[in-house]
Amino acid sequence: MLRSHVLPVLALLVLLCIAPLVFYPIFLIKLLCFALFAAAFHLLLGYVGLLSFGHAAFFGTGAYMCAQALARWNLAPELALLFAVAVSAALGAVIGFLAVRRQGIYFAMITLALGQMVYFIYLQAPFTGGEDGIRGITPGHFLGVVDLSNPLALYFTVLAVTTLAFALVWRIVQSPFGMILEAIRENEPRAISLGYNPTLYKLAAFTFSAALAGLAGGLKAMSFQIATLVDVTWQMSGEVVLMTLVGGIGTFLGPVVGAFIIGGLEQYLAQSALPAPVILGAAFILCVMLFRKGVAGTAKSLLQNRAPKRSTPDNPETQATNRIVK
Amino acid sequence: MEIFGFPPQLILGQVLIGLINGSFYALLSLGLAIIFGLLRVINFAHGALYMMGAFAAWMTQAWLGLNFWAALVIAPLAVGLFGLVVERAFLRSIYHLDHLYGLLLTFGIALLIEGMYRYWFGAAGKPFTTPDVFRGIWDLGFVIVPKYRGFVVLASLVTCLAVWLLIERTRLGSYLRAATENPDLVSCFGINVSLLTASAYVLGAALAGLSGVLAAPIYQVTPLMGTNLIIVVFAVVVTGGMGSLSGAIITGYGMGVIEGLTKVFYPAASSVVIFVVMALMLLLRPAGLFGKEA
Repeated sequence: MLRSHVLPVLALLVLLCIAPLVFYPIFLIKLLCFALFAAAFHLLLGYVGLLSFGHAAFFGTGAYMCAQALARWNLAPELALLFAVAVSAALGAVIGFLAVRRQGIYFAMITLALGQMVYFIYLQAPFTGGEDGIRGITPGHFLGVVDLSNPLALYFTVLAVTTLAFALVWRIVQSPFGMILEAIRENEPRAISLGYNPTLYKLAAFTFSAALAGLAGGLKAMSFQIATLVDVTWQMSGEVVLMTLVGGIGTFLGPVVGAFIIGGLEQYLAQSALPAPVILGAAFILCVMLFRKGVAGTAKSLLQNRAPKRSTPDNPETQATNRIVK
Repeated sequence: MEIFGFPPQLILGQVLIGLINGSFYALLSLGLAIIFGLLRVINFAHGALYMMGAFAAWMTQAWLGLNFWAALVIAPLAVGLFGLVVERAFLRSIYHLDHLYGLLLTFGIALLIEGMYRYWFGAAGKPFTTPDVFRGIWDLGFVIVPKYRGFVVLASLVTCLAVWLLIERTRLGSYLRAATENPDLVSCFGINVSLLTASAYVLGAALAGLSGVLAAPIYQVTPLMGTNLIIVVFAVVVTGGMGSLSGAIITGYGMGVIEGLTKVFYPAASSVVIFVVMALMLLLRPAGLFGKEA
């Protein structure tokens, strides 16, 4: 499992280190933030089988809290990020506590509704500045040494933080805790009979996922020096679902690939005449109808069986793709 | 006479506004419940279908010069027909998949429809005139009802009742209910389940279209009028549970009234009160008010 991922991960890291030669650092930062956000979302969907349609609530909370700490309290960037993570995790614990009582479609609807509630609260709360958002952020010096006003320094700081976060996600899904999560996803009654409390494990995973999404939002606010309502909208929640779907559900690198594709697509489509929702909607339909394995999932199955197998309904592999994970 | 320091006229007025909002919640959640029963798909495109109904009404008025009654017939038919196309072209091929794919697919369809309408018609609202018959007010003595708003509540009540009778009391309805319980067995009796499934989606879509027509004179006709509404309706559906059609209708009206009353007693919370009620329901009764499964 580990060995099959070493090469792609190293290649990706090398590519990301030389990418600023070709692309603007701020564009790459956006991609990294989206990738971390998608990984946080996928931690729930891919490993616990829970589809959250309200993850923008945590992304946006991270952004607002980081912006608040940087712009109004003049905290150091690392402390501002920690604050953003802590508040997002707390919010995740509350929303998770309510949402893990239901599964499947209901879970998706509940997270969507609670995410919308968070949006309305931020819309009315005075500190968020309503439609204007929080502006006037000065990122300062990371750990007291790295000057974040330099775009390249900012980029490598964000790259370092996201890499660390990804390492943490990898560690978690490989840990006994991650294995229990997968066991609950595969067969919940059996996990219960083995003495595990699924609700508690789901809540822990939800909180952790919310914390990571908050970190992604905080990094975005710190880098773009603004936090706005856009980050809390249900469209943002939908976008992260699409990223994961395009990249491939159930693969570790899928969300990263999907985030890069959707983030890049958005940048490219900013000049097009058609509104972005049309393209995103079409991408959703295409993915669900024809491309359920996503990019990483397709690549994986191509690598695993170079000799093409005939796909029949009896083939366990075809059956497996009918489920949303693995 | 005052109730908790508020004049009763104010409270009754807000209850009435709540009943109007509740009419839309009830019609939309009834459609969602019918679709979910047979297709096992949560129709995220329901808000977009509602918006299409309002636009269809606007088109019959602005382009064809027809009156409101014509719109009330044409728009639900047009939206129902569109629903048929969606069901045959897309939804049909994903029934065997995890139910979450249905949510994702209809989410994509909603984004696509709303994006295209924005592209064609712009984001600004379209004017829709209230039909002449419904100008003015009815004074019921204890409360003043604008005629059109009273009509919306009545029309929605009658429609909900008619749909409920259709499904609970007719032969066709018994086929629908049987197919909800056990589609394989029903098809063994020579009933075309695929056709039933399609008609359930068409019925749900037509109900959304009808709500759109009813909403056109009250709310702004804009491409995004359905998006925020559908999330509220999801909260209504979670609160009521998917167990029964009458449950969906009752919860719809009830939530509308609760929202209206919140506008009197604590206006700042009126936009979130439905979500709070949903959260409370999850704490007390996770399956929802009328839900059967755990």
